[in-house]
Amino acid sequence: MSGANNCWQCQQSTGGQLFCPACQSLQPPPTDYYPLLGLERKLNLDPSQLQKRFYELSRLLHPDRFMRKPERERQYSLDASSILNDAYRTLKDPVKRAQYLLGQEGFDIGEQRSKDVPPELLEEVFELNMALEEMRGGDDSVRPQLEQAEKNFSNMLADVDRQLESLFGQYDASAARDTLAQIRGVLNRRKYILNLLGEVAKELAPSV
Amino acid sequence: MEIDFSLPGHIVGIDLGTTNSLVAFMDLTGPRIVPGADGDKLVPSVVSVEPNGEVVVGNPARELLLTQPERTVYSVKRLMGRGLADVQEELKLFPFRIAPGSESVIHLQLNDHTYTPPEISALVLRQLKQNAEAYFGAPVPQAVITVPAYFNDAQRQATKDAGRIAGLEVLRLVNEPTAASLAYGLDKRKNGIVAVYDLGGGTFDISILKLQDGIFEVLATNGDTHLGGDDIDNLLLRIALEDIASEWKQDLSGDNEGVQRLRRAVIHAKEQLSFVPVTKIELEYRGKKYQREINRELFDKLITPIVDRTLGPCRNCIQDAGVRIDQIDEVVMVGGSTRIPLVLSAVENLFRVKPHTELNPDEVVALGAAVQAGILSGQVEDKLLLDVTPLSLGIETMGGVVSKLIHRNSTIPASATETFTTGVEGQRNVLIHVVQGERELVKDCRSLARFDLKDIDPMPAGMARIEVRFLIDANGILNVTARDQRTGKEHSVDVKPSYGLTDEQVEKMIQESIEKAELDFAARQVREFRVEADTILTAVEKARRHDAYFELTDAERAAIDKAVNELLLVYHADDHHLIAQKIEQLNQATTKLAENMMNTAVRGALKGTKI
Repeated sequence: MSGANNCWQCQQSTGGQLFCPACQSLQPPPTDYYPLLGLERKLNLDPSQLQKRFYELSRLLHPDRFMRKPERERQYSLDASSILNDAYRTLKDPVKRAQYLLGQEGFDIGEQRSKDVPPELLEEVFELNMALEEMRGGDDSVRPQLEQAEKNFSNMLADVDRQLESLFGQYDASAARDTLAQIRGVLNRRKYILNLLGEVAKELAPSV
Repeated sequence: MEIDFSLPGHIVGIDLGTTNSLVAFMDLTGPRIVPGADGDKLVPSVVSVEPNGEVVVGNPARELLLTQPERTVYSVKRLMGRGLADVQEELKLFPFRIAPGSESVIHLQLNDHTYTPPEISALVLRQLKQNAEAYFGAPVPQAVITVPAYFNDAQRQATKDAGRIAGLEVLRLVNEPTAASLAYGLDKRKNGIVAVYDLGGGTFDISILKLQDGIFEVLATNGDTHLGGDDIDNLLLRIALEDIASEWKQDLSGDNEGVQRLRRAVIHAKEQLSFVPVTKIELEYRGKKYQREINRELFDKLITPIVDRTLGPCRNCIQDAGVRIDQIDEVVMVGGSTRIPLVLSAVENLFRVKPHTELNPDEVVALGAAVQAGILSGQVEDKLLLDVTPLSLGIETMGGVVSKLIHRNSTIPASATETFTTGVEGQRNVLIHVVQGERELVKDCRSLARFDLKDIDPMPAGMARIEVRFLIDANGILNVTARDQRTGKEHSVDVKPSYGLTDEQVEKMIQESIEKAELDFAARQVREFRVEADTILTAVEKARRHDAYFELTDAERAAIDKAVNELLLVYHADDHHLIAQKIEQLNQATTKLAENMMNTAVRGALKGTKI
């Protein structure tokens, strides 16, 4: 009988390893990014360390290395390297990394209502929308106002990123759900600010 | 299918180009191009069909382009994986003869047959396969084939289909610029950021890679699958046609042969201008002469808009790669069109680095494909390519809006999972429309395929949960699998490609191609036996004046006459068995004659006299 941790090929115990210690066959890969990359579930990751792990695992898992292997192992290689690539793409970006971990920890991140204005931005957003409206109507006199808004929101974005960094450190020190909830709040705010910046940039850009 | 690796080194690398194609392999010292029977490394991607149905490929077909243009086709790569609506621009510039019923898959009319672009490409691939087999003296069943990095799913699938029709197992499709970077062996020199600028006959690609300890990680790619040397040729051709119209008071554009001769003249001039500052476009045709001097200054001015069209994709690519221009350490030039001085200086100006041109830009892609073949066979262990998908993949949602699942420049293999459900009670299937492109609306993207999730158990709306996995494999081709979340069982998916051939159509073409290959073989045999028949008939006619002939009995002479007549009767039949049989019959009828002649010769030699 082959159990969950037994090699599909030689039936020996794999001890949860990617490659069977007995026959070296590739096992069905884990879908969770952190264990696949052999990383602790932290929010702060060293980019060069991450890249090094990614390259090492790519050498081991890429379909190019499995051309002479049985069909089943070739399929596992395809699965494993696609998950690995998705994992690297996600984890190398701090925001995507945090979103991923939130999702893993059961936080609902798909339902962010980016249309809801964070209360502390209410007044500023109201004025910005007026200015954007006038700009769209062909009134170029609001340009300096928009440029100022762009500067303000860029500063806010930098603030938000600093907050995130500090919260990441907090979470890595003691993995509290409360910290994750705060991170989700900051991420929503960040997304909102990014959208505003996009709107402003679109109006300020020379029309084609 | 299990792969037989018992013949190491016989996985070839193929550059299936718009203008020329090449085949290469890895020997112990490195990649090497296989020359054709004529000694030429380049096999022009030109196919001609003789009136008797015989197919001619490469240099001879290129010659036939002049004498039987209506039965000859070139630059067919521009049509791969495209629908009729996509190629309206090409149809104005290229003499493609489109057969009726070409809406989703183009059919070209050649002689009394129609061929799809993958079938034409398969004929080129078959020629390359034969060249390699003749060179190795062994079968070549497997290949790595290169494609432009910016090729979409349908164009890639069409290339893979072409390989299958040619009897090749396509182990991998590799992007041309990435292959070129492998051939340059830049990883040996240092780690760093490299840009590959690839301007070929019909396609343009730019890729930016990060090289680290033998890993070639593509950061971003961009390009234009309808931009290349062909466009320069067409530009010069139009000018020359206008000149001729005013000088000769004659519109040559409707004259296939005249146009092809003129096209060759402008290509010659274009190539000359890469080495000399001034040259002439010259045509002598039907007793008339056309001559126009063209200098590099004018040439540069004419082609500036074409060269400029490559710079936008370069800038976008740099941005997507997330690097600054000054971080790019090296630039590699690939494709015949990068010999043009203006192209070189434009690239140098943009990247502010002197581009690499050490390797022959026509050969470097095929050499790289051979290196990739070496990686797959296990012969090359220190290198690994991590390529990306050039275009975002998405599905159609409410209101014709695209929901992106896999973004462009994602490292492949890449995957995304989506859960689908039913909208109406008792609904039995869900149709998923997959598109490729960067725009937000489905109508602005390219339709890739419709996947039908069938046989869903009837249940209330929204209760079904079908998990669909979209996986772009290492060839850049989409695979879709579906699973019922409740039962955990694999769910059947019916694929309707928007452009290109269905699996059944490809299977049928493989069958036809094998039959066709037999026909072509038969035609070659007929030709060879006719040559043999000519030899023996000439010998017999000569022998009739020989003394030995008169030593034969009347019956023996009658037998010879009969055998000669019968051979002449079957000479023009297309059955090589019959010709061979009659040659044999004549051989037998003349055995006695040959012996007699031999004896006379011996007697003559003994006497010391000349016969």
